[in-house]
Amino acid sequence: MNNRERSLSGEAVRLEGIVKRFSGVTANAGIDLSLNYGEVHGLLGENGAGKTVLMSVLYGLYRPTEGQIYLKDRPVAISSPAVAIRAGIGMVHQHFMLVPRLTVADNMVVGWETLWGPFLDRSRIRRRIGELSEQYGLEVDPSARVEELSVGEQQRVEIVKALYRGAEVLILDEPTATLPEQEVESFFATIRALRDEGKAVVFITHKLREALTICDRVTVLRKGEKVGTVPASQATESQLAEMMVGREVVFEVQRERVASEGQPLLRVEGLTAVDDRGVPAVQEVGFTVHDHEIVGVAGVQGNGQSELVEAICGLSRLRQGQVMVDGEDLSGAPPRKMAQAGLVHIPEDRHRRGLILDFSVGENSILGRQYESPFAIGQVGQSKRAIAGYARELVERFNIVVPGVRTPARALSGGNQQRVILARELDRKPKVIVAAQPTRGLDVAGIEFVWEQLLAMRREGAAILLVSMDLDELLTLADRLVVMYQGKLVGERKPGETDKQEIGLLMLGGAVETA
Amino acid sequence: MKLLKELGIIVVSVALGLGVGAIITAATGYSVPAVFRELVRGAFSDMYRVAQTLTQATPILFTSLSFLIAFRAGLFNIGAEGQLFLGGFFAAWAGFTLSLPPVLHIVVCLFFGAAAGAVWGFIPGWLRARRGANEFVTTMMLSYVAIYLTSWLVSPGGPYHGHQWANQTARILSTAELPRMITGTQLSWGIVVGGLVALLLWYFLFRMPRGYELRAVGQNPLAAEYGGVDVAPTQILAMVLAGALAGLGGASEILGTHRRFIEGFSPGYGWDGIAGGLIARAHPIGAVFAALLMGALRAGGSAIDRAGVAPSDLAAVFQGLVILFVVAPELIRYLKRVRRRRRVHGRPEP
Repeated sequence: MNNRERSLSGEAVRLEGIVKRFSGVTANAGIDLSLNYGEVHGLLGENGAGKTVLMSVLYGLYRPTEGQIYLKDRPVAISSPAVAIRAGIGMVHQHFMLVPRLTVADNMVVGWETLWGPFLDRSRIRRRIGELSEQYGLEVDPSARVEELSVGEQQRVEIVKALYRGAEVLILDEPTATLPEQEVESFFATIRALRDEGKAVVFITHKLREALTICDRVTVLRKGEKVGTVPASQATESQLAEMMVGREVVFEVQRERVASEGQPLLRVEGLTAVDDRGVPAVQEVGFTVHDHEIVGVAGVQGNGQSELVEAICGLSRLRQGQVMVDGEDLSGAPPRKMAQAGLVHIPEDRHRRGLILDFSVGENSILGRQYESPFAIGQVGQSKRAIAGYARELVERFNIVVPGVRTPARALSGGNQQRVILARELDRKPKVIVAAQPTRGLDVAGIEFVWEQLLAMRREGAAILLVSMDLDELLTLADRLVVMYQGKLVGERKPGETDKQEIGLLMLGGAVETA
Repeated sequence: MKLLKELGIIVVSVALGLGVGAIITAATGYSVPAVFRELVRGAFSDMYRVAQTLTQATPILFTSLSFLIAFRAGLFNIGAEGQLFLGGFFAAWAGFTLSLPPVLHIVVCLFFGAAAGAVWGFIPGWLRARRGANEFVTTMMLSYVAIYLTSWLVSPGGPYHGHQWANQTARILSTAELPRMITGTQLSWGIVVGGLVALLLWYFLFRMPRGYELRAVGQNPLAAEYGGVDVAPTQILAMVLAGALAGLGGASEILGTHRRFIEGFSPGYGWDGIAGGLIARAHPIGAVFAALLMGALRAGGSAIDRAGVAPSDLAAVFQGLVILFVVAPELIRYLKRVRRRRRVHGRPEP
């Protein structure tokens, strides 16, 4: 808001030995960190590594249990966000802190400038927003109401707000998590502009590729401790992943080729299905998945993949077509019959379909087998002991981190929730696995786990249909790829004989051909 | 630990309800100490009064169980009052029409009551599961149908008008009477039946595969479907059970307390069941305690009126406030969840 003269070079912030404990849990265990002006500093770590807590300490939301913060070499105590803002530190949270009903201009000053005088100088506010927008390529309309703006626009407003309030150190907490894919590039351009203007930018993320793309230096945290700081130009994805997880992470998958065209275990023919509004979403889709084979379904979200999966798995009505599991015609059979025939389903939405969040881990571990022995004793009893024992076995075998099998599934992290689902479904020794976006929202260790499990099932002979929005995942795992566009299959490729550009083109309906 | 916390919340809520009641009492010019003395005395002071509390608690226990079994399946049974009346009438009918040996006669009458209630639960259950009709509305409407139907049956023009000047049926045979637990009071063995049914319901919900499926449907119908549960039949089953339980409550009240069907015999036990089920946090064992609380409030409330320290309206205010304070947070939480869920899932598939 004013143009304080600052020397925007050298070290902006130094954190020394920051410790933060919450009633016994140590979120930060003695972290040192140095942020320079004119630098994008990546803060990388898995969920729960302590990234956000550390930055909340810097922003005055938490007082550190131990440790000292230095601003331009001067020790400071940041007791509240107001103090942080006055000191030139701004933070954009994952969940935006904007007043939806107010205009962009009014959001700049709300809770900040209103006590400054009896009247607001709205034209001055607008002028300043205009300047900032132009300087950093942050396009915002000062008179638009925040509730009318898209997520990307709201994020720009948050950044402008921080700059408006004089931020020279800008903390961005997982800024790309809510951003649509196509807006990420222009967002990165903004960050670069900020850096070039001499701002110190902290970029919190758990995405390796992003950290390497946008950051100058990357600091990796693991379980509340600092693993190290490396220049991004000298780091590789696998090195960072290893630092994050604490051991080597296998991204390159060893896939032993299968000699013969095996048995067709899942055969779909002429499948037509509608979405919940009754609009045709899948038209005349047909394909075959053999044993020891992963067939990937690529496509932009909303091109009929979800409806295809639900129709195959008996969760929605089949308009037309056939679904054959290991030679048996199961078109339109209910889920229980599908499961008995050896088809299991990893649903795309684990909260809506995959789990009953208020049920315990034990109760969730038998969902779909509740009527089977030994969990059920005839029709009249349920063996709590058998359920708990089975759940404990799964927890151990699949390395699920839970306080106990009586814990509600709601209390688990996303990665562990997905492990519960995977453990439950894969333990049924399926012939066919329909996995819909099985790694969505997971961190590195979670993704690696899912991949390993799917590949292990493939090794054992399962036929796997893998639907994913992540092209890298499909290219890594699939033996064959089919591309879905507007409810139809528009192409089939082998990963070794294609690239992302070609698949991307097919996904957008660029080159239609018959499979 | 969790149980203690829940209990603590309930105690505080009851205290808050009584506190606000005290303020209203004082503001309207009545004596707060006198009202409280009568409230407690009316519910607990001697054997007769305790029996009165238990007598009032019995039908509330059944209707609480009725409400909570539907609630566990994600459904709202607002029509327990009508199911109670219908069950009461058919139990009475079997009581004065059939002639059977003593214990068997009671069992058959209870069965008639439960079956009549079950039919009255099946209709809204089927409409909800197969046609998507909101059970909140249908149970309520059918409730009035049952109340006025039974009222007509025992009115002077109706087929079962069995008394010179009162709208009631003939007396049931002595073989069909649920015996009194304590002579000189109205307390019958119905409360023991209620306790046993609560235990059975607990076993069903938490120790049987069908109960597991029912709870799964209530918590997340999409996940239940994914887990191989037939959602629509399970919803119908829950409503049938809900109706049967309320019908059983009516039967026990007729066979144990009144010994004949009387028009308007329930002062709103069906409605109390909604509060009772929610106070119990939809737990069958908790429903026993919730019903006792509600019974005590009813017994104490009528004592305030009888002792003349305050009009009966004030007693109703007390009951209403306590229920409001105990139930409101849970109800708000639940309605939020239902609204969110129905928005996500839309109408169930036909």
